[in-house]
Amino acid sequence: MREITIGQYIPGNSAVHRLDPRTKIIVTLFYMILLFLLNNFQGYVFPVAFIVLASVLSGISIKYMLKGLRPLIFIIALTFILNIFMIKGRILYEIGPLDLTYEGLYQGAFMAIRLVLLIVGTSLLTLTTSPISLTDGIEKLLSPFKKLGIPAHELAMMMTIALRFIPTLLEETDKIMKAQMARGADFESGNIIKRAKNMVPLLVPLFISAFRRADELAMAMEARCYRGGENRTRMKELKMTSLDYMTYVIFSTIVLGALISRYLW
Amino acid sequence: MTAEIIAQGVYYQYAQDNNLALKDINFKIDKGEFVAIIGPNGSGKSTLAKLLNGIFVPTKGEIYVDGVNTASKEDIWKVRQKAGMVFQNPDNQIVATVVEEDVAFGPENLGIPPAEIRIRVREALEAVELTEYAHKAPHLLSGGQKQRVAIAGILAMKPQCIILDEPTAMLDPVGRKEVISTVKKLNREEGKTIVLITHFMDEAVQADRVFVMSNGQVVMEGTPRQVFTRVEKLKSIGLDVPQVTELSYQLRKAGIEIRPDLLTLEETVDCLCQLL
Repeated sequence: MREITIGQYIPGNSAVHRLDPRTKIIVTLFYMILLFLLNNFQGYVFPVAFIVLASVLSGISIKYMLKGLRPLIFIIALTFILNIFMIKGRILYEIGPLDLTYEGLYQGAFMAIRLVLLIVGTSLLTLTTSPISLTDGIEKLLSPFKKLGIPAHELAMMMTIALRFIPTLLEETDKIMKAQMARGADFESGNIIKRAKNMVPLLVPLFISAFRRADELAMAMEARCYRGGENRTRMKELKMTSLDYMTYVIFSTIVLGALISRYLW
Repeated sequence: MTAEIIAQGVYYQYAQDNNLALKDINFKIDKGEFVAIIGPNGSGKSTLAKLLNGIFVPTKGEIYVDGVNTASKEDIWKVRQKAGMVFQNPDNQIVATVVEEDVAFGPENLGIPPAEIRIRVREALEAVELTEYAHKAPHLLSGGQKQRVAIAGILAMKPQCIILDEPTAMLDPVGRKEVISTVKKLNREEGKTIVLITHFMDEAVQADRVFVMSNGQVVMEGTPRQVFTRVEKLKSIGLDVPQVTELSYQLRKAGIEIRPDLLTLEETVDCLCQLL
């Protein structure tokens, strides 16, 4: 239970790992937009090429990335099936009141592939970026919007503290569970409603302790002169290197190719 | 020697409480001194600690840290930089997910340039002997190590004074030893003023001066030898004395002539051998 990782980050030192997190976030964002701009099957060559390239450079196998699909297979299948039967057109096969159409099949496959590429492509971001640098990247990217009232620093600080306390609270959950089990609490039997009820003796102490921790942490942070993001410096500064510029060039080429393909193919 | 911390007629009352938590506290702590504060639960030790770096402000009276009044709103961050504070629970004072980032948290808040922060973090981790853990996640460290990370986090802010509020209360004996030897080293080698609040008499013995608190007042003050030889007085407050002092006290009660001011195991062994 203690070895849980958010977003399944795989530590490494590849070119993709070393990229500035901002680059990776921006590229992922545009990659998502690109997927929705493509209008034919051939266009998928470009995102696929992008994923293959990233896989080779990061040393994370495509097989591993596809693992991330497992919990979402139901949604992909649902999209596929709905599209097959909902779209009118040349009928290929009839199952009772449902018509399987050629257009539906085409559209269904098209949408399913789009979803798969979307999930695999975005998982690359979390697979190659540690949660801390991801947080730093988000903070830096959002900071220009501070004037519009977006609390960039506060959001990043909350994410950092959440990440910091996940293992601590998991450990505590484990401890409380054992303590309550020793007192005869039952967390395993019964139906869902009964089990949810049985969770109360676990959740109440957990919440109380979380609040106490928050209180003490706030005091400790103030004692260390924390007063928000104003005038704060960072030890690790994000720096764009030639690696990042190269990534932008390569990625722009892929986007350009994909956009042109909309008209040519 | 000049005074680092001065308390003048300090009273403190919690908002929801009618009783005074602290009554008429007066003391001076010199630069480079190692002071231990002991006292039973509820005697006001922790409250006093929180007053020393401006987390609480005295209801009446004044506290000066290196000449700065802790009650002044403009100088509060100066006070907190000068007097760093280590808390009891090691888990609830570590902010970042990586050791070196946590040590950097204080100097980052002070707006120190990044290159300088790196140097400070490296020095602070060296001082607490945790250099090889710089890139580890804090939850994978032992209690003693976590508490040393917290001390490093304070050191990186370059304080003159470190206040430790029962830093060893939640640690195992090994962790306790680690923390206390780190604290002593910082006092001796780097000349940091130390205020150690503790439950453990064998830790208080190692200080230059001991304050004993009871019911919100400092009731005894002096070198460990002066304080711990008054066994009956300490017991009446509800405090223990170090084991060896207790031993010599009992031996004297039984009519055996032995020095009453024994504090360490080594001296006691010497004394007992001479008796035999």
